Amino acid sequence: MSEEFKIEIINPEKSFYVNESITEAVVPAFEGEMGILKDHISIISFLKPGIIKVITKSAEEKFYVEDGILEFKDNTLSILTSAIMDLKNIDKSILSENLKNAENDLKNTEINDQNRFLISQKIEVLKSIN
Amino acid sequence: MPSLDDLKKRITSVKSTQKITKAMKMVATAKLRKAQENAEKGRPYSERMNNIILNLSKGISDKENSSKLLVGTGKEDTHLCVVLTSDRGLCGGFNTNIIKKAKNYFDKLSKEGKRIKIVTVGMKGYDQLKRNHKDKIIKKISFKESKNVNYFDAEKIGKFILEKFELEEFDVCNIFYNKFKNVMTQIPQQQQIIPLQGKKENDTSKEQLEDIYEFEPDEDEILSNLLPKNISTQIFKAMLENSASEQGSRMTAMDNATRNAGDLVDKLSIEYNRSRQAAITKELIEIISGAESL
Repeated sequence: MSEEFKIEIINPEKSFYVNESITEAVVPAFEGEMGILKDHISIISFLKPGIIKVITKSAEEKFYVEDGILEFKDNTLSILTSAIMDLKNIDKSILSENLKNAENDLKNTEINDQNRFLISQKIEVLKSIN
Repeated sequence: MPSLDDLKKRITSVKSTQKITKAMKMVATAKLRKAQENAEKGRPYSERMNNIILNLSKGISDKENSSKLLVGTGKEDTHLCVVLTSDRGLCGGFNTNIIKKAKNYFDKLSKEGKRIKIVTVGMKGYDQLKRNHKDKIIKKISFKESKNVNYFDAEKIGKFILEKFELEEFDVCNIFYNKFKNVMTQIPQQQQIIPLQGKKENDTSKEQLEDIYEFEPDEDEILSNLLPKNISTQIFKAMLENSASEQGSRMTAMDNATRNAGDLVDKLSIEYNRSRQAAITKELIEIISGAESL
């Protein structure tokens, strides 16, 4: 029996990435990283800034996301996100600008705890890939 | 009877108008392909988003306390209408159709004694609405500067709507836009986004079979995060559909204009040739009768 399932990453403009046969996906869900294999229970969750790792039999791909929702159902993983970048051909200057903006946001004292958590997550991830 | 010179001038002017409309048609065709592609690519996102929210709202146990964006404020006294139009004219009935639809709705509401607030997106909508409804327009938004429809712009509108909603300035929000069916037909649409309306549940039996989701974190928290995003997404979808419709509508309008100009040139040319021939005949008769009288 094959252990493969389908992934669709969709952003508002287009279907960003579709792969019919992946073996595992690791996504940065809001309450911690989550690995998804075939026949996972149907789940809806949302994402925090982080790296989506898509593993196929022969290769591994990584994407940087800032937010999004994931839905897994009938062995199809759909990820809806408004900000996603492929790590392979990512633009370093955009990253560092993002990082700067995030650090500025963090200095703002009026944000609530949840946003503060999200922003610090973002900074951490951005630093790790930079 | 216009003189030969006048006719000649008219023919040249119609011909140059034809050149312009032809060029505009060609530009619209090129842009249409791109806009249509974008609209089609953008559809899955908004559809998925809607589906997820529908699934979620079914799973919600405590309907009373869930987000107001989903269940509404409990009254419907004030309506906010977001009318999405284009920034440029010369696109046939595109803007007029949306405005007509919106105006009908306004009339219906004011008969019922509801208050109306209007947000116009795009210059043309504002121009057409300001004559009768100027006092109701609370904001006009225009994206003349940005070349392509982008999510960032939609988010701005979404945020504005949410801000007003939190201040309890309205209870129901509708958006008006043109749905792109094909190049010839665009259907003006009205869509309610606050409170969210689900699809009509005809096949309840099928839905009961759907498996239950696991939520992480719980439903309410996901919903309260998702609903604001959905507003922007729906607006973005409307903007994409609108831009494809605009180009399609302009293409058809300009195609018709080019054809009409062609017909007019033909008609004028015949008239020109006839009067030229008449002038020649007249001169000949004069010469002949002059020669005969000698």
